[in-house]
Amino acid sequence: MNPIVAKILHFIAGDDQADRVVPPTGFTARLTVFAAASMAFLTVFAMALSLATGRLADRWGDELAQSSTIRISAPEGQMDAQMLAVMEVLVTTPGVKDARPLSDEEQHALLEPWFGPDLPLDTLPIPRLIEVIEEGDGYDAAGLRARLAGEAPGAVLDDHTRWREPLVHAAGRLRSLGFVAILLIAAITGVMITLAASAALSANAQVIRVLRLVGAQDAYIARAFVRRYTLRALIGAAVGTVLGMIAIAFLPTADVAGGFLTGLGFQGWHWLWPLIIPPLAALVAFAATRNAALSTLKERS
Amino acid sequence: MIELEDVSYGYGGGTLLTDISLKLAPGSFHFLTGPSGAGKTTLLKLCYGELIATKGRVSLFEHDARNMTRDDVALVRRRVGVVHQDCQFLDHLSVAENLALPLTVAGRSTDPQELRELMKWVGLEAQAGAHPPELSGGERQRAALARAVIVSPDVILADEPTGNVDWEMSLRLLTLLVELNRMGKTVMIATHDMHLIRSAKSQVQARVLRISDHRLQLAGADL
Repeated sequence: MNPIVAKILHFIAGDDQADRVVPPTGFTARLTVFAAASMAFLTVFAMALSLATGRLADRWGDELAQSSTIRISAPEGQMDAQMLAVMEVLVTTPGVKDARPLSDEEQHALLEPWFGPDLPLDTLPIPRLIEVIEEGDGYDAAGLRARLAGEAPGAVLDDHTRWREPLVHAAGRLRSLGFVAILLIAAITGVMITLAASAALSANAQVIRVLRLVGAQDAYIARAFVRRYTLRALIGAAVGTVLGMIAIAFLPTADVAGGFLTGLGFQGWHWLWPLIIPPLAALVAFAATRNAALSTLKERS
Repeated sequence: MIELEDVSYGYGGGTLLTDISLKLAPGSFHFLTGPSGAGKTTLLKLCYGELIATKGRVSLFEHDARNMTRDDVALVRRRVGVVHQDCQFLDHLSVAENLALPLTVAGRSTDPQELRELMKWVGLEAQAGAHPPELSGGERQRAALARAVIVSPDVILADEPTGNVDWEMSLRLLTLLVELNRMGKTVMIATHDMHLIRSAKSQVQARVLRISDHRLQLAGADL
């Protein structure tokens, strides 16, 4: 068996006699479990936010990159002629998969959030919109603009680049913030467990004196504390993770409202991601407690 | 085993021990006397690596104490059994578990039969399941002695082991220490109880060392 694996298994299995040399500490035990559970719960949400914004960034990037819009503003009598001209140009443009004028109902739906449901579309000089779907590497935007200027002077091509990039950038930033939040939570967990372990070490000064008197080495004394706090963090984080996943699973959907955070949560195999939280919390607790224990033992030598 | 050469120890600008030279040979028996505050406890602590001399050389089992790491000192303490006047235990463990503690920290298993015999030797077999706070002063001292010898150390250092017990218990503890010496263990007892030292006369050949004016002196003829 791999020596590292053997060490980990030995650590998990523990030594009943060695574990008993440190008296049970009710307060710090509860504090550690609660802190680990709370932090794991928050980490699940930070992870869900990060993954959701990641999906959002991908979706915006993919969907908007494959579509563009042509807006035609022309006098009433020329609107249909310019529309036909634009459609003819698009049919003969390489990289354009499909193009279709938006119906009155679709334009009405687009404007409704801004002007309300009773918009008199017929009486307003509203430009007509043509949705263009691209294929392959897309079309040559500069060439298409030049052709439109010649064939339909009232047509303006909007390939979404101007506002797509900031949105994708913002979603990417939000994803990064999620990761930063996870790192901060891990750091806070480490600090809290360090404080709890330090308090326990101070409270057990006599135990440490006795153990040293009978020949215990630092590693033995530290291990008695480290194992205890690592297991507490593992158990607390497991509870917090499960509660967090349940909370995420029962989050109300916001599809109707279509809000920005629609889809916050995990999808598909991403539900496996939170399962790494308990072992990571245990790892943080192991490092924090070991560092605190060895520092304290060094100070008291 | 344990050797001090021209050792001095001081703290806070003052000197407690000056130019101490001492050699604890295997199987020897020493009494260390002197008034309270003379430095008896300090000298014992130098002998088991609890303190580092400010001058001179302390050799613990052929190793210079100044160059020893904390883990090295821990290993030395498995060869030196220490009994304090104010003996401390892990109060949440039973007396039997406390006695087995040196074996536990050394990663050695405890033979229940040997543990029972040891407890019987110090007269604590009835208190095996009790917890330290339930023990009397004399019982605590005997438990500390049993804990000190369970790993069969080469040296036993006892600091005022009879300070908190009555005369009868003092003699009983002395008898136990003499028995250990007859088994080949090196024993050094720090005490200011001259009656105890005289009582040992009939049982063992011991050297009496006295700390006076920060220095170590041989106190008269060997007993």
